[in-house]
Amino acid sequence: MKLTAQYHALKTITIKEFLRFIRIWLQTVVPPAITVALYFVIFGQLIGSQIGDIDGFSYIDYIVPGLILMSVISNAYANCVSSFFSSKFHRSVEEMMISPLPNYIIVAGFAAGGMLRGIIVGIVVTIVSMFFTRIEVHSYGVTIAVFVLTSLLFALAGLINAVYAKTFDDISIIPTFILTPLTYLGGIFYSINMLPEFWQNVSLANPILYMINAFRYGLLGVTDIDLTTAFVIILLFIAGLFLFALQLLRKGVGIKP
Amino acid sequence: MKALEINNLHKTYRNGNRALSGVNLEVNPGDFYALLGPNGAGKSTTIGIICSLINKTSGKVRVYGVDLDSDPAAARMHIGLVPQEFNFNIFEPVGEILINQAGYYGIPRKLARERAEIYLNKLELWDRRYDMARELSGGMKRRLMIARALVHEPRLLILDEPTAGVDIEIRHAMWNFMRELNANGTTIILTTHYLEEAESLCNNIAIIDQGVTIEQTNMRSLLDRLHMETFVLYLDNEVDVLPDCGDYHARLLDKSTMEVDKLKGQDLNDLYARLSACGLQVVSMRNKSNRLEQLFISMLNNNGNR
Repeated sequence: MKLTAQYHALKTITIKEFLRFIRIWLQTVVPPAITVALYFVIFGQLIGSQIGDIDGFSYIDYIVPGLILMSVISNAYANCVSSFFSSKFHRSVEEMMISPLPNYIIVAGFAAGGMLRGIIVGIVVTIVSMFFTRIEVHSYGVTIAVFVLTSLLFALAGLINAVYAKTFDDISIIPTFILTPLTYLGGIFYSINMLPEFWQNVSLANPILYMINAFRYGLLGVTDIDLTTAFVIILLFIAGLFLFALQLLRKGVGIKP
Repeated sequence: MKALEINNLHKTYRNGNRALSGVNLEVNPGDFYALLGPNGAGKSTTIGIICSLINKTSGKVRVYGVDLDSDPAAARMHIGLVPQEFNFNIFEPVGEILINQAGYYGIPRKLARERAEIYLNKLELWDRRYDMARELSGGMKRRLMIARALVHEPRLLILDEPTAGVDIEIRHAMWNFMRELNANGTTIILTTHYLEEAESLCNNIAIIDQGVTIEQTNMRSLLDRLHMETFVLYLDNEVDVLPDCGDYHARLLDKSTMEVDKLKGQDLNDLYARLSACGLQVVSMRNKSNRLEQLFISMLNNNGNR
């Protein structure tokens, strides 16, 4: 397939994925905004006022980056896992399998769809958060880079989950039992410096910690971890997940008998 | 160069089920090719392998000279598939399904829209282009899959039971459409359980049974193998006694209908002449049973299937 044809194919999958979630925006874009608004009201204003400052920021300001990134993570993941699994369920994935599409275009197309949803929801949540606090960006470059790379990483993870999933239960097990706990324990609501040393070390094994802290650095200029390490980990995860997804499609895991 | 060439194709599923044990096919460009076999014979597995939906265990597949293993993308470019079961997203609008399918073949969006309009019009679905696919009737869904398979204008169209479950009117409209496509140069492979459909449309035929090709020939020479055909004749006058039919073995079904066995080499004109001599004219006639069906059943019996 020529490069121009690949471009048109990638554009097709991306538009299809975008239309898929935007057609049902009441289910995909609005709920995260409501959830985050509730977080701001409860944790930020009601409980946060009792907590005091962390790293020189009021509690509500401190949790803003984590809450935005949490929405990006869960929506980028949810988009890919539900879209790819649905296409397996309806067998519409066969439309792509019989076409000359290279596997990397399929992976990139679904990932682009997941990223778009993650980014759009992230922007909506950011706008919602501006009703509760004033956002001042410390580093636009770091903020945008973490925002985009994190959505890509979790879109790829969602795709891999969908490839393996055989039932609708399988697409909710990982988000419920792994993704949500890791996100909550990734330093959204606290600095790991507040933890005992043992739990600080345990927390360092959580990849989401690096993303949230890098994003917090982008917005607030404070972080618990080294920024370079965070970017290296994010990029390594992206490369690993992309290659793994490619390998799964090449072998036809979950889609080809 | 063959439109499709399959050599010694084998497929054993992970659960140990051996679906194909040596399928060989040769389809010429421009053929209207029937791929027949009983349920579970391996037709859909063969099609699945040709279309990259199923991994083969061994064997070679070439599409218009392109090896499926060495250049799968180029091979797939030539193929359009209308599968047996609906395999589109029912929550997607009809028009978008076609535009997206064209996009997967690298067709720019503007051209994809034009193609979608052409094929949706041809399949009489243009008025439903904004409707979700789930809102279509069964026949419309089948037509949608045909339109989708054509949107990248493949040279080889594979139709896996395309008329299953559609009413007679739509079936005949689909037959005409398929004939037109074939006449315009598209090679067509058709699997069907309606043997009169295969006999009426196809010029070449392969029969698969128990994962093996048991016959591959042209329709005419296959039908020539019939040693005897039975015709039902409708007469213009009523008779009480069977008229003189010479060497023909005949029976009277009622006063104006008779059944005649015609052996290979016999000529129906002789029979008409004899009936005419008795003052009887044949108003109309039909085959008692489908000729291909008779052969099909006898071949499967010979293969130890039944």
